[in-house]
Amino acid sequence: MRRVGLILNAVALLLCLAVATPFATPAYAVQPDEVLDDPVLESRARELSKGLRCVVCQNESIDESNADLARELRLVVRERLVAGDSDEQVLDYLVARYGEFVLLKPRTDGWNIILWLSGPALFLLALGIGIAYVRGRASASAPTEVGLSEEEQARLKELLKES
Amino acid sequence: MVTELGHFALILAFLVAIVQSIVPLVGAHKRWPGWMAVAEPAATVQFLLTGFAFAALTYAFVTSDFSLRLVWLNSHSAKPMLYKISGVWGNHEGSMLLWVLILTLFGAMAAWFGKGLPPTLRARVLAVQSAVAVAFFAFIIFTSNPFLRLVVPPFDGQDLNPLLQDPGLAFHPPFLYLGYVGLSICFSFAVAALIEGRVDAAWGRWVRPWTLAAWVFLTIGIALGSWWAYYELGWGGFWFWDPVENASFMPWLLAAALLHSAIVVEKREALKSWTILLAILAFGFSLIGTFIVRSGLLTSVHAFANDPERGVFILMIMVFFTGGALTLFAARANAMEAKGVFGVASRESALVANNVILAVSCFVVFVGTLWPVVAEMFFDTKLSVGPPFFNMAFTPFMVVLGLLLPLGSMLSWKRAKLDRTVKQLVPAFILSLLILGLFWTIQTGNSLLGPVGMFLGAWILSGAVLDLLNRTGRSRDLSRLFRLPRADWGKATAHIGLGITMVGIAGLMAWQEEDIRVAQIGEPFQVGAFELELTAVNQVRGPNYFSTMGDVIVRREGEQIAVLQPEKRNYPVAQMPTTEAAIDYRFLRDIYVVIGDPQDDGGWVMRTYIKPLANWIWAGAIVMALGGVLSLTDRRYRVAAGARRQATPQGVPAE
Repeated sequence: MRRVGLILNAVALLLCLAVATPFATPAYAVQPDEVLDDPVLESRARELSKGLRCVVCQNESIDESNADLARELRLVVRERLVAGDSDEQVLDYLVARYGEFVLLKPRTDGWNIILWLSGPALFLLALGIGIAYVRGRASASAPTEVGLSEEEQARLKELLKES
Repeated sequence: MVTELGHFALILAFLVAIVQSIVPLVGAHKRWPGWMAVAEPAATVQFLLTGFAFAALTYAFVTSDFSLRLVWLNSHSAKPMLYKISGVWGNHEGSMLLWVLILTLFGAMAAWFGKGLPPTLRARVLAVQSAVAVAFFAFIIFTSNPFLRLVVPPFDGQDLNPLLQDPGLAFHPPFLYLGYVGLSICFSFAVAALIEGRVDAAWGRWVRPWTLAAWVFLTIGIALGSWWAYYELGWGGFWFWDPVENASFMPWLLAAALLHSAIVVEKREALKSWTILLAILAFGFSLIGTFIVRSGLLTSVHAFANDPERGVFILMIMVFFTGGALTLFAARANAMEAKGVFGVASRESALVANNVILAVSCFVVFVGTLWPVVAEMFFDTKLSVGPPFFNMAFTPFMVVLGLLLPLGSMLSWKRAKLDRTVKQLVPAFILSLLILGLFWTIQTGNSLLGPVGMFLGAWILSGAVLDLLNRTGRSRDLSRLFRLPRADWGKATAHIGLGITMVGIAGLMAWQEEDIRVAQIGEPFQVGAFELELTAVNQVRGPNYFSTMGDVIVRREGEQIAVLQPEKRNYPVAQMPTTEAAIDYRFLRDIYVVIGDPQDDGGWVMRTYIKPLANWIWAGAIVMALGGVLSLTDRRYRVAAGARRQATPQGVPAE
């Protein structure tokens, strides 16, 4: 079924290319002309790009995407960085324009707290249950052997008779 | 003609499945041997009919019969034979048929190899298995029929998506389905045991080989998919935490948990109700996966024309089987009384910890995958949950798992002496610490990921080796190693595989180097320790595509080590470009080269990656699968089969 998913992915990719690039030539992710001269700024830009969604693609970051919109976003990120924005400011700027949808890593405020805490919470709960179970088993007394059921007794007798 | 026969066989199989899902169940309830005996031939017939339907569809693809709508949509007469065949399951309808074929195959195998089961249990297992098949036959026949004809057959087909025309991907879905659907047998066993009201060591022993087989197939299937993504998508990512990937990963995690908890049932008659629950959930997650992938629920944002009717149908199947089984579980679970008594420090406790970690990590993936839908439905916010979330929320569990693994796998059953096991592991721990320190000092930057990954890998590997050595006893007589049960070898091998994969993932993610530039023909450039030179770019014609192929020479210290030929392909029928990365695979690193567009002022865009330890990821998966196979060939399953041999000539229980 992943197979079909991949087809869907590919269709999405195709749509992505068709919708976002009217000029048909696909560009492949980060282009040489986008790269900033300042290596520190560039590496910050790359890190930020990895956490930003290409909003017209299926599930790709703008760092990986071939779509034109992704390229525009990469350029915007770099512009903001060159203008002296902090990482947080760049993200705020993009969220203000595209909504939270653009963040691949959801924020930890509001309802999202459920998303972030559900894993650790369930882990603690499961750990508690696990420990309680193990302790219960440690203090349980070994059960006495259960004998055969009546039916099995009858079958046993039958077998013994046969042999 | 053949197509119509195939269509007819499919409908017949549906009818047989209905009979098989009712008659044996009634028979088992009323203890009527005649009714129970229906299950076995019915399972075989069902499989043969479905097999015939599948063969008929394959025939239509192979002979390019474009009067069949499905063939027209997904094939082309100029396509290579391999992809004509893989095109059968390269689409929704055909892949569902493969799904059901495997479902009936497992049903038939349970009938063939299940001669040693108590007759009522066998009848119930086969009936439940067939009930699942009924639902999917109905789904295929009523919503996704692959045998629909076109009134006017077109001259040629529309071709299979070129991204999918790849040997790695041709075999990826069958393996994945063997895994998903293999879990259906565990589900059937669980439900049958609940109806029966009895779970004992023997049940654990019957379920384990099926789980093991399903897990091995899932491992291979996921690894193939990941490897395909690595070399085909053009930037060398191996895992994207995409909903579709998560859909296959969740059953894998639960199958791994089930594998371990079934050992406790088999050896110690404890954890019974939990194991039953896991068996239900593992298959439940396979169904959820099917639903996620085929309903378009998680991709609907992106304007897919997906048939909502199909989604609703699968949702109903899922709710019916998972919900029904869970209700049955709630009613019957307290009948499963645990017998084994064990201390807090024991193998049993370690396996409980293993299950806690695997189940919770599966839950994390589940919540992350569905959160966008939940947020949109209940909080009216559109948001994304992507790799950064999963990397942060999921990885810690794997680190804990890796830390505990060597310790837990060496603790003895019932009552273990913790301090003794810890002492035995000291050399492994020191070795791993040394490796951690080594990598910490030689790496640039201070990322924790790389060294920690190396530490975990070394820890698991050396722990597994020490575990095997320990089994030789005080004498350290190495010849004893070869007399150990295969299951012990399987366990060590699978664990080593996990360690290798961890090393690969950590190495690749922490130390990848990347270079993006406009390369001029004949002007060498340096990436890391390597010198690359683009010497020529040619236009090449393939069987059903055109290609722009670059020749790249890779040198190290002036010496040529490889010639790479990255391509950009264009498939005219599907009107789709693809990138074909050229990769120099080596033990410690891959060099990964992609060619892009020509520039106006000359030269070509080139992207070069040095990917350390990349192969270890998939090598580890193969080693894991090998461990599973070794375990599957263990003597105790063969002995169990041998006891059955009087009744039947077939031997091995699963596979």
